Amino acid sequence: MSIETGSRPTPAKAPVPAAALAARYAAPLFLLILVLVFAVLEPRFLSPFNLMNVLRQVSISGLIALGMTFVILTAGIDLSVGSLLALCGLVAAYVAKGGLDDRFAVGAGVEAGNPVPLALGAAILVGMAGGAIQGWIITRLRVPPFVVTLGGLTAFRGAALLFSGGGPISGFTPDYTWWGLGRVMDVPVPVIVFAVAAIIAHVVLRYTRFGLHVYATGANPAAANLNAVNTRRVIFSVYVIVGFFCGLASFLLMARLNSAEAVAGLQLELDVIAAVVIGGTSLFGGVGGIVGTVVGALLIGVLRNGLVLLNVSSFIQQIVIGIVLVAAVAVDQYAARRRQEV
Amino acid sequence: MNRPAEGLPDPDGRPAAVLELRGIAKHFGAIHALAGVDLAIARGEVLGLMGDNGAGKSTLVKIIAGNFPPSAGEILLDGRPVRFHGPSDARGQGIEIVYQDLALCDNLPAALNVFLGREIVTRVGPFRFLNRAAMFDRAGQLFAELKSETRPRDLVRDMSGGQRQAVAIARTRLSDPKLVLMDEPTAAISVRQVAEVLDLIRRLKESNHAVILISHRMPDVFAVCDRVAVLRRGTKVADKPISATSPEEVTGLITGAIETA
Repeated sequence: MSIETGSRPTPAKAPVPAAALAARYAAPLFLLILVLVFAVLEPRFLSPFNLMNVLRQVSISGLIALGMTFVILTAGIDLSVGSLLALCGLVAAYVAKGGLDDRFAVGAGVEAGNPVPLALGAAILVGMAGGAIQGWIITRLRVPPFVVTLGGLTAFRGAALLFSGGGPISGFTPDYTWWGLGRVMDVPVPVIVFAVAAIIAHVVLRYTRFGLHVYATGANPAAANLNAVNTRRVIFSVYVIVGFFCGLASFLLMARLNSAEAVAGLQLELDVIAAVVIGGTSLFGGVGGIVGTVVGALLIGVLRNGLVLLNVSSFIQQIVIGIVLVAAVAVDQYAARRRQEV
Repeated sequence: MNRPAEGLPDPDGRPAAVLELRGIAKHFGAIHALAGVDLAIARGEVLGLMGDNGAGKSTLVKIIAGNFPPSAGEILLDGRPVRFHGPSDARGQGIEIVYQDLALCDNLPAALNVFLGREIVTRVGPFRFLNRAAMFDRAGQLFAELKSETRPRDLVRDMSGGQRQAVAIARTRLSDPKLVLMDEPTAAISVRQVAEVLDLIRRLKESNHAVILISHRMPDVFAVCDRVAVLRRGTKVADKPISATSPEEVTGLITGAIETA
């Protein structure tokens, strides 16, 4: 705590400096500018078909980014989400098929081995279990989240490869593929799932006691503990939550691709963390939220899509997204510094 | 020293202790932080607890606060032996602490810091929704009682040292605690705000609360305390009424220039 000796006048409704204000709205502003620029440069960008396409692409990594927001708000990180997604998807596919006997059977004549809820439930259960293992190691064995989930990144990928025997599991019945390819009133199902999940996640973070405890744990875990906030349980829970979203997202991805494979979600963690950070959630914990993450996910999606439409090479896309990520954190740091100077 | 019997006034008429420590010891590995400390405090009494850095004050605070159990010894609340399973347990049994670093989350508004860990909630299914309106109202009342300018909605990040202090002290008034333990409440605030905090301690005393004031500041201890206890190297070397001692004697006891008194 800073030692403050001089009696300072009460900050009269602390004036928010223009710089901090600009920083707070930097991501949505940049998103708006991107949309305008792409709309001008490429008319196809604004077509409803393309916009829905962007949203559908965003929804998979966006779902996991919702969970990642909880994790990063506690000043943690989860690098294992891409690998965990692959493992969950394979388990869901296995359950969907009722085994591995006709794992490559695609097209007409494919029979469902088990009903959809069972496969979805299995994917989510595996995701939450994966999160619980990592959360347990982080909170009980006190291994830093970066290390634990770096281990998870490798271990879950290995488990997925082992489970799949190297090949994909493909071909599901239409009641499965509907979850990835279906539409309700022209809106793709994954987009609806993402929107509903985002609203629930926002409400939980902003309006519930658990959400408050997530923010408190991220800002000052020692203080939160002294005030009888069970920070260990909070930290454990956020890894289970991100695991839940990995399971849900894996199911939607499997349904969309009509296939599950062990190499699904490679480097997905980078997109997910980038979405959260670009959305203004601080890697130091305690600051940020779901609205920012949705903006961050959209920003990455729009950037990718627009650059593709403009025929920009995928190599350059990677460079651009890297620059945006670092710029976002630089702006955030600047805003944080200004806050402390207030 | 003489010690009141459990639950009964002791022979010289001191009221029954609300908190009593008997033979409290704590060691961390080979390091003995506390050895056989006895301490008792009654309702309406303000006890100054003094000692140099490393004398064992913080360890004693953490034992009373339930952060960790003593290695040996007994804690009695209203004459009844108790064992605290964590800070929330100690708080639930009527011990409120104002921590030296105030234990505030500076990303949260004042009111939510006051209520952190005991929020007013509305249960809907598995969710416990925060009743912000109720918490902001109650926090506003508490700040008014403390005559603080703190506003419930302001972020702690934007507050002065005195306002932060008010937030931490407002917390202790959410319940009707048996004992309020204040760890260096005047160490990091302005002179004007020190007077406010001392006033608050007097108010707690008037409302018949027991207060333990841990402080390095001799004038503060002599201004508000009824009794002073001195720790040195993990043992209690003095425990006497403030009227029977002097700042010079207490200083000597703290530094070791005077062995015991």
